[in-house]
Amino acid sequence: MHKKKIVMIGNGMAGIRTIEEILKNSIDTYDITIFGKEPHPNYNRIQLSTVLQGDTTVDDIILNNWDWYEKNNIQLFTGEMITNVDTDKKLVESNKGRQVFYDQLIFATGSSPFIIPVPGVDKKGITGFRDIQDCETMIKSAEDYKKAVVIGGGLLGLEAAKGLCNLGMDVNVVHLMPHLMERQLDATAATMLKEELERQGINFLMEKQTVEVLGDDRVTGLRFKDGSEVEADLIVMAVGIKSNAQLAKEAGVSTNRGIIVNDYMETDIPDVYAIGECAEHRGMVYGLVAPLYEQAQVLAKRICQVDTEPYQGSVTGTQLKVAGVDLYSAGEIEDDETTKSIKVHNDYEGVYKKVVIRDNLVVGTVLYGETAESTRLFRMLSKQEDVSEMTSLSILQAAGEAEESDVAIMPNDELVCGCNGVTKGTIVDAIHAQDLTTVDQVGGCTNAGRSCGRCKPMIADLLAHTLGDGFDAANQKEAICGCTTLSRDEVVAEIREKGLSTVKEVMHVLEWQNEEGCNKCRPALNYYLGMVYPDYKDERDSRLVNEKMHANIQKDCTYSVVPRMYGGVTNPEDLKKLADVAIKYDVPLVKLTGGQRIGLFGIKKEDLTAIWEELDMPSGYAYGKSLRTVKTCVGAKFCRYGTQDSMGLGMELEKKFERLDTPHKFKMGVSGCPRNCAESGIKDIGIIGIDGGWEMYVAGNGGTDLRAGDLLYTVKTKEELIDIASAFLQYYRETGKYLERTSKWVERLGLDHIKTVLEDDTQRKELIDRLNKTLARYNEPWKEAVEDGEIQDKYYTKLEPQLTTV
Amino acid sequence: MTTKTKVAITRVQELPVRAGIPVTIDGHSIAVFKVTDGSVYAIENKSPHPKGGVLSEGLVSGNYVFCPVYDWKISLIDGKVQAPDEGQVQTYHVDIEQNTIYISI
Ligand code: SRM
Ligand SMILES: Cc1cc2nc3c(=O)[nH]c(=O)nc-3n(C[C@H](O)[C@H](O)[C@H](O)COP(=O)(O)OP(=O)(O)OC[C@H]3O[C@@H](n4cnc5c(N)ncnc54)[C@H](O)[C@@H]3O)c2cc1C
Ligand code: SF4
Ligand code: FES
Repeated sequence: MHKKKIVMIGNGMAGIRTIEEILKNSIDTYDITIFGKEPHPNYNRIQLSTVLQGDTTVDDIILNNWDWYEKNNIQLFTGEMITNVDTDKKLVESNKGRQVFYDQLIFATGSSPFIIPVPGVDKKGITGFRDIQDCETMIKSAEDYKKAVVIGGGLLGLEAAKGLCNLGMDVNVVHLMPHLMERQLDATAATMLKEELERQGINFLMEKQTVEVLGDDRVTGLRFKDGSEVEADLIVMAVGIKSNAQLAKEAGVSTNRGIIVNDYMETDIPDVYAIGECAEHRGMVYGLVAPLYEQAQVLAKRICQVDTEPYQGSVTGTQLKVAGVDLYSAGEIEDDETTKSIKVHNDYEGVYKKVVIRDNLVVGTVLYGETAESTRLFRMLSKQEDVSEMTSLSILQAAGEAEESDVAIMPNDELVCGCNGVTKGTIVDAIHAQDLTTVDQVGGCTNAGRSCGRCKPMIADLLAHTLGDGFDAANQKEAICGCTTLSRDEVVAEIREKGLSTVKEVMHVLEWQNEEGCNKCRPALNYYLGMVYPDYKDERDSRLVNEKMHANIQKDCTYSVVPRMYGGVTNPEDLKKLADVAIKYDVPLVKLTGGQRIGLFGIKKEDLTAIWEELDMPSGYAYGKSLRTVKTCVGAKFCRYGTQDSMGLGMELEKKFERLDTPHKFKMGVSGCPRNCAESGIKDIGIIGIDGGWEMYVAGNGGTDLRAGDLLYTVKTKEELIDIASAFLQYYRETGKYLERTSKWVERLGLDHIKTVLEDDTQRKELIDRLNKTLARYNEPWKEAVEDGEIQDKYYTKLEPQLTTV
Repeated sequence: MTTKTKVAITRVQELPVRAGIPVTIDGHSIAVFKVTDGSVYAIENKSPHPKGGVLSEGLVSGNYVFCPVYDWKISLIDGKVQAPDEGQVQTYHVDIEQNTIYISI
């Protein structure tokens, strides 16, 4: 029998969801072909903001990998664009000349950034914010340029601005209106948002209308209607989107702002459908996934000839995905004569809530600073619940103890995942029916949490509530990599239980999907094994380049050499050696590092071992997931304020803990008094001398997640201090996930929990004991390389074959 | 047609397992790998990522090497960059005769 042939134009979120729904309804009755202009499989466009902001990679946002298409027998052409549709012949044609006939055609072409039509918009250095390519353009530009201007202070513009800011650019946001996000926020919330974003480093140019893009070949700035100008070497257009409806229009399909569809996503031409941002339904073009996914369900059923309710339009809510900003808005946001609203404005804590009510029905809400009530308010809004019986307080806050986001009292039909339209009932049923235990598994079965991710905490609450004691909150994180389904804790438990002792054995026994693993799991397993067994023999080839080479690789593939200077203290001999080596090997850069020591940068790989030999100083591990430096101040020995010998303690700590493998890098600091010249507040362990003792701070971080340390204890003696530092370090080693800094780890486990462990005498003694045993296993790696010919041959020499041409 | 030159590199047992060894032949930078099953591969020693690194320093897993600077996964067999990234590095034909490795370029 001839299978019906579905052709889809567009390989994006709404389109692929439709195909997923079709496959659910009837497998194997269709022959499916998809064309996608982008070179990627379907990915989560929503998360581009997090990619730009540096929190995830492109890999992590793929929703349907290549295997998925293959497994479902879908013919996929990526990097190929449909340029012509003939609805009479039922034929599409691509820019590569490929022609494919269809029985049913789906337009899922999405939309494109709207480019404002002013002189100069064709210059280099202008991009939209729509796809991976745009993200890459921005990331690349940030390497070479400094000044970014984002035109548009809406959702996309602000997310782009924040991303560019994180990439180190100076960012100006140009906005036409007096308030940001004027379609989602009222003046009060918009002002709070603007102040917060200004604090985060973004500058705003409000009420400015762009009239010209300046520059020759590449942009140099913008001119506004009022005559003022701003400099820019990168411009991001985020003023809005326009549906990709042109292709359909040319094919004779009726279009307006988008491709016009009825309640079943049918266009006015038989067997031609449209879905997603390219479609216009009852005058609305939606730009959020939740309504598009509702459309996808209806369309899939229609195509599979299954009975379905018509699609009748959606109410949508929005949030902004910028770190440090909690914001939610839905429905009507401004009052008029027919509405009354409840408002709470706590300027001190930065919280603002507004619920707009008309005829006893909630018609809109704006939440800023605290958005826990968003789901409940959204339900009242979309279900048109009568609130006349409720007090204003109870409208703003759920009945009973509003403390926990109370999933227990939540009705079964309440939406948990707005993006994917998944209710509490669906999730609970899936947990029971399929023995689900993790948030990722729930996503796999129900789609909940797979789009913007905002609902994940609530899914975790539901798991906890549904499974009771069977739920292990700490275990909620994903598998350690794509080679296995096991989480960090499961893998470590298996290693201990089964006595697995090598990376290979772990992969073999635990049935790894790729025989030799990947660059995520290999270093992680090597670490876990080394953590479990104090006498573990390190597997050097499972370390990534920096740790494998005991030197950081640089952009031109040379290396750096950073020797120890314990506590930042040096002496003339060492300085002389460094100078001699730098001259002899023509070292391109000699620099004081941020870790109080001297680094030699730009060293050729073949010179590494010779330089190490001549320096005859220990490795500073500037490359290691290990103790980096112990920064010190001059302290009591020289400083008039010093109360304690910070240098002495710092050097002692550095000597004791150097070389130890830790889940991520580990930094310490010791200051002689509370003036804190060694910046102890942003170290993994930071120590501050006080009269008669020491304060110990932990989990500070001066890097990506700036975090001030928490005071762990105040101790009287150095012995006590070293004991606690050892136990803390070892507990971090034993429970931390590979690549988790102490800042994240402490927040995951809770400081109180860690203190309970450290305060338990037996546990503390055992931790210290295991740490000391582990410390005994290390050799000085540079010395080892200098002395061991095999290591030199394998890692540090360039093969110079006698090139006998035959 | 250009004629290929066949160059003797080293003996199989001289090559370390699971580590890339850089060689330069006639101006071509090549990374030679011996993988766990003993097979030997030679590919262009530069990740196709615009800022990619030398592949000889990358982590080797099975028949793949990971670019040490940007993590791209590259097949040693056909030089193809694995999805979701894209690209391909040149591969070189390897012969092993009497325990000696030859690369044709
Ligand atoms: C050399 C140095 C910069 C300098 O010129 O001063 C440096 C250089 C590098 N840092 Fe750093 N960091 C240096 C001090 C810092 C500091 C400041 C400090 O330690 O007081 C920080 C912030 C403090 C902190 O970590 O809390 C810092 C936060 C980072 C981070 C972010 C870590 C985080 O958890 O957020 C990375 C990335 C990572 O580790 O994943 C990083 C990574 C890197 C790497 C290793 C990147 C890499 O993988 O190639 C750089 C190696 C360059 C090279 O060629 O060797 N570097 N890095 C500093 C070496 C100190 C040392 O003597 O060991
Ligand atoms: C940075 C960013 C953040 C966002 N944040 C959120 C959010 O927090 N919440 C939310 O709900 N939504 C968010 N969105 C919106 C959401 O991503 C979109 O609504 C959704 O992706 C639309 O799906 P779609 O399938 O209609 O279009 P798309 O996902 O854009 O897919 C359309 C695809 O069709 C391809 N195509 C177009 N024309 C052709 C042709 N002629 N031939 C072949 N292929 C073609 C395009 O290249 C594209 O890959 C965000 C969007 C962006 C860009
Ligand atoms: S921290 Fe205190 S003791 Fe140390 S240098 Fe600064 S002022 Fe002096
Ligand atoms: S609410 Fe966006 S993924 Fe669930």
